[in-house]
Amino acid sequence: MDDDVLDSLWLAADHGVSFDGLHVDRTDETVHFETPADDATVTGRAAFEEVATEHAAYVSNWFFWHERAPTRDDHWAFCRWLEGASETPVSDRHAALDGGVTRSWGQLELTVSSTGFGERRYALRHEADADEPLAPLTRYDDPLAARQLVKHDGDGRYRPLKTATNLPTGWVFDDLLPEAMLETVEYVYPATIANWYRERKGDLDVTHWRETAARQTGIYGLVSDLDDEAVGWLAEACCVDSQCCKRREWDLDDECDLDVPRSEGAFPCREPCSLVVAAARTVTKLEREATETYELELTPSEKAQLETLVDAVAEDRLDEIREADFDDGANRYRVRYLRTKLFDDGLPDGHS
Amino acid sequence: MQALVIAAHGSHLNAASSTPAFAHADTIREVGAFDEVRECFWKEEPSFREVLRTLESEEVFVVPLFVSEGYFTEQVIPRELRLSGFDPEKWDSDGTSADHVTLTASDVEKTVHYCGPIGTHDAMTDVVVQRAESVTGDPTVGDGFGLAVVGHGTERNENSAKAVHYHADRIADRGRFDEVRALFMDESPEVDDVTDHFDSDDVVVVPLFIADGYHTEEDIPEDVGLTDDYRTGYDVPTTVDDTRIWYSGAVGTEDLLADVVLERASDAGASVQAEIEQVRERTRTVALATGD
Ligand code: SF4
Repeated sequence: MDDDVLDSLWLAADHGVSFDGLHVDRTDETVHFETPADDATVTGRAAFEEVATEHAAYVSNWFFWHERAPTRDDHWAFCRWLEGASETPVSDRHAALDGGVTRSWGQLELTVSSTGFGERRYALRHEADADEPLAPLTRYDDPLAARQLVKHDGDGRYRPLKTATNLPTGWVFDDLLPEAMLETVEYVYPATIANWYRERKGDLDVTHWRETAARQTGIYGLVSDLDDEAVGWLAEACCVDSQCCKRREWDLDDECDLDVPRSEGAFPCREPCSLVVAAARTVTKLEREATETYELELTPSEKAQLETLVDAVAEDRLDEIREADFDDGANRYRVRYLRTKLFDDGLPDGHS
Repeated sequence: MQALVIAAHGSHLNAASSTPAFAHADTIREVGAFDEVRECFWKEEPSFREVLRTLESEEVFVVPLFVSEGYFTEQVIPRELRLSGFDPEKWDSDGTSADHVTLTASDVEKTVHYCGPIGTHDAMTDVVVQRAESVTGDPTVGDGFGLAVVGHGTERNENSAKAVHYHADRIADRGRFDEVRALFMDESPEVDDVTDHFDSDDVVVVPLFIADGYHTEEDIPEDVGLTDDYRTGYDVPTTVDDTRIWYSGAVGTEDLLADVVLERASDAGASVQAEIEQVRERTRTVALATGD
């Protein structure tokens, strides 16, 4: 054990150390040392060093959390959560950290490992790459690189919403110190740690739909006109597990919940995001139109095909449809056939 | 601890919109001017609403990466940051003179020095000139050259035109360029007729926009006649009606803009004078090294 560590513990013990099952109290040269499995009272620095070495797991744990871990409340809590500090006793945690302890955060997989006495290193990658060997993944060590990395999805499409479920794969930050890990998470999923921590403390400041809509000005001012049912449809379109990693905590207002399932995400969504507000602007304008009746004849298979097509777009499935899979109603040739047959002259006019 | 927050528009559609905010933030990080530096966006994340809570610093300098005073600087940003008691009157501005105001944000325990936009700071004049140097590759460009500063126009607020005139006038006063004009996309004098407004054989056209995007990459090049179809690109310079047009793209991508961000924070009380010198030195070197 390093002299640095022993010096820190010796000094700290003067005021009493009580952390994660380790208790150390020193009065002059007499040190009382206690862990859940053991306790001893020794005299003199040499005897103190011996007993500290016997309880290296506890001392290492104390040293990390007092000398190496981030001090900011939310960051500290996040790092504790990552390694399950509140539910896993040091003896078990110490062994687990040797092999790495893993948690998901949105689509991220975060792994914390102990890499030496009182040291931790963190790895981040896409959860879909969790079982990949590191070799084919592109390695990064500068948190700032994450900003560009998450700008586009795997197909090169721009991602306007950071927590959308299209985080690209194929990269890893495999050896980060705590601060760099926190910074990287911040770039991948901005403000999620801060809001998660507020929620844990019981003071997440949720801003519901009506308040958010009322606050809008300029071209977004009109979103207050969107009726409640349509707000529900919008949340169902955008704020579900398949689309966004955040767990929607906002509703219509404090009293009126939206009748839409909430996702299971680890971190909360505390107010409608700018993407949802922009989508609301479009649908508010569209919802102003009155309905009309259109008469159009379809075979049952054609009706089913239209449903398949809508579904394929909504589920972002078009890329998966094989070129010659004519059984799939959203197959390009099938849709072109339908367009030629039904829509070449435009759809019939409606009447109200 | 002190933090710098760069507040930019961002985009739901254009991935490059955030590039200047990132680039200038990185320049400022490199010189270590603040304990924390963070970009935030109207259309991207972290949002204006949530950026302050991501910071540890208790004192925050917020600099809007916008070209003029108006809707965003007076309404959107202060509202979204929850700056208690903000009122544009506190800036006591004539449309280009907003400086800074110190407030608190209601969702965090922090002091926020809310600064005027970078676009109206005096130092922005130097960035426009440096943009002209970069695009011509000539650190002494001026003699025999005209310079057009191009703005959007009055669409949503008159201050947008004021900022363009402000810098055009300041550059004209220096007498470095033979002719200097303020031109606009949707009001006269219009950028479409740029060659009508100049006698010089060479004219540098600098759009007073923060990020490259639809306006600077598609609209202006086509309006000016650099190309019929922006997708096919254009040369710099391109000859239009016997005038060589040196089109620079958005001024906001010029490295020296990081200096203006720091100047804003400095005016609001941040002690970053040494870092301002460093940024000037670095971004000037970059300009000379990359200029042909
Ligand atoms: S509003 Fe919906 S889509 Fe936007 S971040 Fe929250 S949960 Fe995700």
